[in-house]
Amino acid sequence: MEAVLSLLVALFFAAGIYLMLSRHLIRILLGIVLFGNAVNLLIFTNGRLTRGTPPIVPPDLMTSAGPVANPLPQALILTAIVISFSFFSFLLVVVYRAYQDLGTDDTDEMRVAEPADEAPPPMGY
Amino acid sequence: MRRIAVSKRQRHHGLLCIARRNQFSRGCPPRTRRLSQKKSKRSGKGAFLTFIVLLLPLLGAVLAPSLTRLFGGKSGWLLAVLPLAVFIHFLGMLGTVSEGEPVTGGFDWIPSLGVRFSWLLDGLSLTFALLISGIGTLIVIYAGGYLDGHPQQGRFFSFILLFMGAMLGLVVSDSFLMLFVFWELTSITSFLLIGFDHEREASRRAALQALLVTGIGGLSLLAGLLVITQATGFNDLSTLLGSGDALRSSPLYMAAFVLVLGGAFTKSAQFPFHFWLPNAMEAPTPVSAYLHSATMVKAGVYLLMRLNPVMGDTAAWETVLPLFGGTTLLVGTLLAIRQTDLKLMLAYTTVASLGLLVMLTGFGSDLAVEAAVLYLIAHSLFKGALFMVAGLIDHEAGTRDVTALGGLRKAMPVTFAAALLAALSMGGLPMFFGFLAKEEIYAALGFGSGWAALATLAALAGNSLMFAVAFAVALKPFIGAERKTPKHAHEGPVALWLGPLVLALAGLLAGLASGWVHAGLSSPMASAVAGRAVEITISTIPHIGMPLLLSGLTVALGIAAYLKLGALRAGMAGLLAAIGWGPDRGFDQFVRGVLQASVGVTRVVQNGRMDFYMSVTFLCVAAVLLVPMILFGELPVLPAFPDLRFHEWAVVVMAVIGIGAVVYAKSRLVAIVSLGIQGLAVALLFMLFGAPDLSFTQFMIETLSVVILALVMTRLRLSLSDHRPLGQKLLDTGIAGACGLGFGLLLLKVTQLPFDDTLSQFYNAYSRSIAHGRNVVNVIIVDFRGFDTLGEIAVVMITGLAVLALIRIRAKPDAGKTREIEQ
Repeated sequence: MEAVLSLLVALFFAAGIYLMLSRHLIRILLGIVLFGNAVNLLIFTNGRLTRGTPPIVPPDLMTSAGPVANPLPQALILTAIVISFSFFSFLLVVVYRAYQDLGTDDTDEMRVAEPADEAPPPMGY
Repeated sequence: MRRIAVSKRQRHHGLLCIARRNQFSRGCPPRTRRLSQKKSKRSGKGAFLTFIVLLLPLLGAVLAPSLTRLFGGKSGWLLAVLPLAVFIHFLGMLGTVSEGEPVTGGFDWIPSLGVRFSWLLDGLSLTFALLISGIGTLIVIYAGGYLDGHPQQGRFFSFILLFMGAMLGLVVSDSFLMLFVFWELTSITSFLLIGFDHEREASRRAALQALLVTGIGGLSLLAGLLVITQATGFNDLSTLLGSGDALRSSPLYMAAFVLVLGGAFTKSAQFPFHFWLPNAMEAPTPVSAYLHSATMVKAGVYLLMRLNPVMGDTAAWETVLPLFGGTTLLVGTLLAIRQTDLKLMLAYTTVASLGLLVMLTGFGSDLAVEAAVLYLIAHSLFKGALFMVAGLIDHEAGTRDVTALGGLRKAMPVTFAAALLAALSMGGLPMFFGFLAKEEIYAALGFGSGWAALATLAALAGNSLMFAVAFAVALKPFIGAERKTPKHAHEGPVALWLGPLVLALAGLLAGLASGWVHAGLSSPMASAVAGRAVEITISTIPHIGMPLLLSGLTVALGIAAYLKLGALRAGMAGLLAAIGWGPDRGFDQFVRGVLQASVGVTRVVQNGRMDFYMSVTFLCVAAVLLVPMILFGELPVLPAFPDLRFHEWAVVVMAVIGIGAVVYAKSRLVAIVSLGIQGLAVALLFMLFGAPDLSFTQFMIETLSVVILALVMTRLRLSLSDHRPLGQKLLDTGIAGACGLGFGLLLLKVTQLPFDDTLSQFYNAYSRSIAHGRNVVNVIIVDFRGFDTLGEIAVVMITGLAVLALIRIRAKPDAGKTREIEQ
């Protein structure tokens, strides 16, 4: 099972990174979403996979009787999902505002901070 | 009783001393001396006083700006009290030190590293300290007159007193760390003083040049001191000086030698590092007189003299020092001939004098050491005086060009007298201290071997040219017909002529009363430099012999050169024009080259293209993942064919389709929907493998994301396809594929290793009994790791606020315009 998920994680990473290498902000944004899912699945698979049985203690016992899914990666991923959603929404608004002000989503044309034809520094003392 | 009173630390030192005495024949006398001093109460008080005295100039630096605001140029007289107090304090030590007993003291600074704030005042340090504080007193008074009415005079006083404190610290330092710190402090204060007139580019250039050259030299010195510590185990001068051959016989000697020379030669402006010193003449004249002739530039010579007992007496020392010193002497005098600016003429002769001092220090005989000591004292006196005279002429006549000056003797008689007295000492005429130095130089060098004869010839040529320059500076502006100068010249105020007159007279008196000077200053200093008791006996009464003959020859050649100065100058100018390149131009080329190289590097590394940054980042990620795995043979084994159930395969295939569709989508809607597909697939995977909470959250988040994205996309007129050229596509695919492969292999490898689930078991076991919750995941989030969740909520809240701010707040480009119209 882990082998298949490893392959899937590899695909997620590859696709996410391919999109992030684009020059268009909107595609970078899609890439980031895929990347986030890749990381979550990586952590999930790392904690080993167990079919079915969630880590919930039955009402009449103090601890679970049989083997259950690993709760630790689940707790981490739960936090990660929420944080990546915040990240996604923030980036989305930044992209939106950048588009409004600059009229483009092409990163090569966004050169306010690093102009393409920047004059060299003065050579004197 | 007394033995009990000795502290644990001191006893520790005592033990160390015994151990070292076994190792080296000469043991470690300074430590024992310090020990005996600590026992007596009186010298403890003295040590505290010395510490306070060392701080006095720094106190002056703090007070100077407010004093200057109150009293203007007159504050020079007030501030001069501080260096005078320092001078008197050190004068009081003269008796003890001249008997061959160094004054030491200090306290622990960084005990864990064995670093002490400690001082060592033997003949060498004390002479330097007296020169620094004595000349410093006169310079502060002089600066009060020279910069009278200058709006920045307070700042100037502050800097110069700061320098004085640093320089004093440098020459009295015992511990290596202190020596280095004060060494660099003198470079920094020199930078501030050269760049005092910071609105002129020439000043800024000179300041930066001096800082770079001497600062890099300082780093070399630091490395040298560390090597010495490594080689001998000592980190202060007093123990090192008592260690005999420890350094010379160490295999690290050569490294220490080269590194220390790097510091000394840059500071003391030895060829080929001499170029910064003439440029430093951009500083106001008090600075040139003080830092760049009398004190700071001698720091390198001081260092060489200081280390002579433990580093000298080797073939390397006695070859390299005379070679560089002699070259510097000749180059300096030849370049001095070329100049017409009084200050530049003096500056180049200073370079030459420093060369002479280095040559003598490295010559390797007691007589040469004596000559170096005498010349150093004489030079500080006459060169300081001549610089102040040059400044005085500039101040009163408005020019320092020797070809534009003449006939000032009537207008400025006192200045003329001071200049003449100083020049007589510089020229080495009888009765003056400079004469003693010159006699001793010729006596020391002699014609014993080819090497010595060469040195004698260099000294002869250098001295006679310096003779000519001395009188060109001190005589030419005063004699002859009166010339019209930019300002109508008349005698300056007392503050201005006091300094040069006192120094010039000191040169005469020291020559006449040479017996006392030798007993008090020169002999103890020479003993400290030679590392054994040396007595200087030379007096101003001429003795018939080779030295006197050479002295006479020097004077004759000097007079000839003085008379033919115009022709010599033209000849040198022609020669320099023919050469065309010098280290000064080289410095410009170097700085320009560094600037251009950094511009070039920045253009490549910071080219402003985000896709480039991303590609590099992910290339590195791929390399970090794959390279170690392949290098160390940690690749995972090929897994068996997985036994997934049908519905599990279905979800995996669904995720793959989702991913593919996101990448290949041509329209916005397809892309958004595909994003939803892969998110849904991930949620289903979570569900299948026992994570219902995750699954639920993922469903919600994916739905929200898709809705928000769809809403925003309708407002953006963007095409989704990104038209990458084929080459770019292949490259990006390669990078992304390598990263994916790396992550996949890493995950596969990790899951093939044994799994430690102690922590998970802990949560499973105690979730109900401690935290009273049955859903273990929820218990971890809200209880076991509650603070993490608090942080997470804070992040979400801050993001929300940021999003709100970004949407609400907008720059109004025409807001300014409307206001203008309203007005």
